Amino acid sequence: MRGHGSRRALLAVAAALVALPGWARAEQAQAFINARILPVSGPAIERGVLVVENGRIAAVGEAGRVTVPAGAVTVDLAGKVVMPGLVDTHSHIGGGSGGDRSSPINPDVRLLDSFDARDPGLKRARAGGITTVNVMPGSGHLLSGQTSYLKLREGTTIDDLAITDASGRMLGGMKMANGTNSIRSSAPFPGTRSKSASLVREQFLKAQDYREKIRRAGDDAAKRPARDLAMEGLVEVLEGTRTVHFHTHRHEDILTAIRLGTEFGFTPVLHHVSEAWKVAREIAEAKTPASIIVLDSPGGKIEALDVSNENGAALEKAGALVGFHTDDYITDSRLFLRSAGMAVRNGMSPDRALYGMTMAGARMLGLESRIGSIEAGKDADFIVLSGDPLSVYTKVEQTWVEGKKVFDLANPEDRLYAVGGDGASRGGEVYLCEADTEVQ
Amino acid sequence: MRAAGLFVASAVLATAVLAAAPVPATAQVAVRGETVYTMAGAPIEDGVVVVTGGKIVAVGPASSVTVPPGHRTLTARVVTPGLVDAHSVVGLAGALNQPHDQMQLDQSAPIQPELRAIDAYNARETLVAWLREHGVTTVHTGHGPGALISGQTMIVKTGATSADEALVGEAMLAASLGQAGLSESGRSPGTRSKSMAMLRAELIKAKEYAAKQAGPEDKRPPRELRQEALARVVRQEIPLLVTAHRSHDILAALRVAREFDIRIVLDGAAEAYLVADRIKAAGVPVIVHPTMMRAGGDAENMTMEAAALLRKQGIPVALQSGFEGYVPKTRVVLFEAAAAAAYGLTFEQALAAITIDAARLLGVDDRVGSLAAGKDGDLVLFDGDPFEYTSHVTGVVIDGQVVSEARR
Repeated sequence: MRGHGSRRALLAVAAALVALPGWARAEQAQAFINARILPVSGPAIERGVLVVENGRIAAVGEAGRVTVPAGAVTVDLAGKVVMPGLVDTHSHIGGGSGGDRSSPINPDVRLLDSFDARDPGLKRARAGGITTVNVMPGSGHLLSGQTSYLKLREGTTIDDLAITDASGRMLGGMKMANGTNSIRSSAPFPGTRSKSASLVREQFLKAQDYREKIRRAGDDAAKRPARDLAMEGLVEVLEGTRTVHFHTHRHEDILTAIRLGTEFGFTPVLHHVSEAWKVAREIAEAKTPASIIVLDSPGGKIEALDVSNENGAALEKAGALVGFHTDDYITDSRLFLRSAGMAVRNGMSPDRALYGMTMAGARMLGLESRIGSIEAGKDADFIVLSGDPLSVYTKVEQTWVEGKKVFDLANPEDRLYAVGGDGASRGGEVYLCEADTEVQ
Repeated sequence: MRAAGLFVASAVLATAVLAAAPVPATAQVAVRGETVYTMAGAPIEDGVVVVTGGKIVAVGPASSVTVPPGHRTLTARVVTPGLVDAHSVVGLAGALNQPHDQMQLDQSAPIQPELRAIDAYNARETLVAWLREHGVTTVHTGHGPGALISGQTMIVKTGATSADEALVGEAMLAASLGQAGLSESGRSPGTRSKSMAMLRAELIKAKEYAAKQAGPEDKRPPRELRQEALARVVRQEIPLLVTAHRSHDILAALRVAREFDIRIVLDGAAEAYLVADRIKAAGVPVIVHPTMMRAGGDAENMTMEAAALLRKQGIPVALQSGFEGYVPKTRVVLFEAAAAAAYGLTFEQALAAITIDAARLLGVDDRVGSLAAGKDGDLVLFDGDPFEYTSHVTGVVIDGQVVSEARR
């Protein structure tokens, strides 16, 4: 790879162009005017102008302070509220799978190989204002596989939806779990919490060895270890290029997840964190992001009995980064925005709750330079609301991804998926996140 | 409504049988609200509700109602009647979700009308407290969906400390048609048609039993618990609560109701909007599925506008928390009504669906569901629009007792 500097630069430029889908290139500029814009990155803009060009935000600001390019298509959104597209850090739409029962640890298994991009669940997610989603395999394994970060663009294949880096690599994380979901009655699955941590530690040590062998081999192909897909997956975690998304409920399990990360040099994103209120300070001090789910009642799962609706407030107070997720099918993607209102009901500040629905999620997926707020240069992912995002009476009226409208409540077909009714069927088996476990 | 009248009759009967809880002398309180939704007339601005001896004695504007001495006065932005959850399984289904606290369904046989809800209701269940703190003061609960006939239901205040305090000990008989009514592992019923054949055979037997019971004393049949429960249905003393989501299952329920001249209440009824004219013609009320129910299985075509669509047709509707098998373990009708208000119902229609309309459908509107003199002193206090996510329940009163001052 030496002496090819200029060629590599050219390739990078080409890849950057490829990273934007064809329809998003060289399209007519659009100006969305007169809406109340909640950029999340800054204070509300009362009579806002949002200029979109080539799938990206070209400019945003108050009327009169933003130059609208000549020939731009103008969309009047008077009376509406515009905010960034919602980021769902944990969903099971598309029904993708992870590892099977042959092993509790499956770093080589990719959800993207089984994702159903035609699942009506995607349409519902668009109706809920979700523009970016982390679709994950379930939590019945210590490590169930690789997750996929997707944009809910129009599309029928995972390639249409994938978020890629400059090299074209599809981005995603690594799903891990501890506690009772991944504990089973017989080997190779763990029978206790300590055994769970031990099995994970063993694999990460192997991955460290594997990485060291590659490093030592340098350019000498003969000295390199044989390719091992599982080890390659874990090395990406060690290298920080693949974020661990850690399903965890109880306080001691939360601390174990943080401890494993510290030991092997990665910072997991904690998911569910039912007992976060007990260890909010520890989560904040470890600078570990936490994604929570808003539920109507406690109960249903012994391990989550101590769940608190005030987790968001407790984490915010402790100074931790708080995001939200649907865990769809556990909660319905169409009602995702409700998470913010309910979090505020239970003590979160409105600003942090809306940040949690957007920027926090973007940061948890490492996409904060591209999505999560309405700022010039970012992807034009935004939603048009009928009113205050924290109100029960507010509807998501439009969802835009990279400058293209992917949901419109005024369109009867879109409305069917948003509200339900004859023909709005899911079209497949329902997928329960945690159904494939022995202990619930 | 004929059905309502019958329900009231059965409610009064059952109440007379079950000993009412003694009302403590302290059960006197006055609740003053910036807006009081009585659900028995227009909302009252700056209204007061006076409860003495557990019963409402006065409702009106603060300027014209005198609060007698010895009454603690509570204040709130908004006051409503205690909320009525028209169908739940809480108290039989518990939060742990372990075999020992899941009493809503016994799967040893497909037809078990003799199973009584009051024998399993746990008044001290965490989920009951959860509903109570969210303003639900009356709940219709009992055996759940999942068997052709799973057992009986009951109506109880969430402030009760035992099932013996139930408003109605035997409210309805729970039946399931469609997927939820089928048995597993090759046992009958294995198809929808088989379900209906078994149900019809059962009702024929019950008719014969009821006829013999009504005959001369020396020819009366020996007591059979199963037949006794079903006989109450065929005598129209209690309705069959039929959980059915698909339109053809709903039609099957209407067909059997007509054939046997029994009262039914439709439950869930995700596709009811497809056959609303038939439901309306049959005079059958619907306890609509939770507004936010997940779309899947037989309910895949559910709509968040269900309550509004049916109400528009003139069909009596109420909302429910329903049955949840996993997480969350129960829903809260306050939030379901809020969603219904966002999807087609007016504010007051949505509030009615969890107060007076629900009470009427359950036949307990002589006791609960609205704020009027003579009714039970059940009230909920809010710090804003009851349906807004960012509002809170700030107080709950049952029979004049302040049972919660938690901010929920």
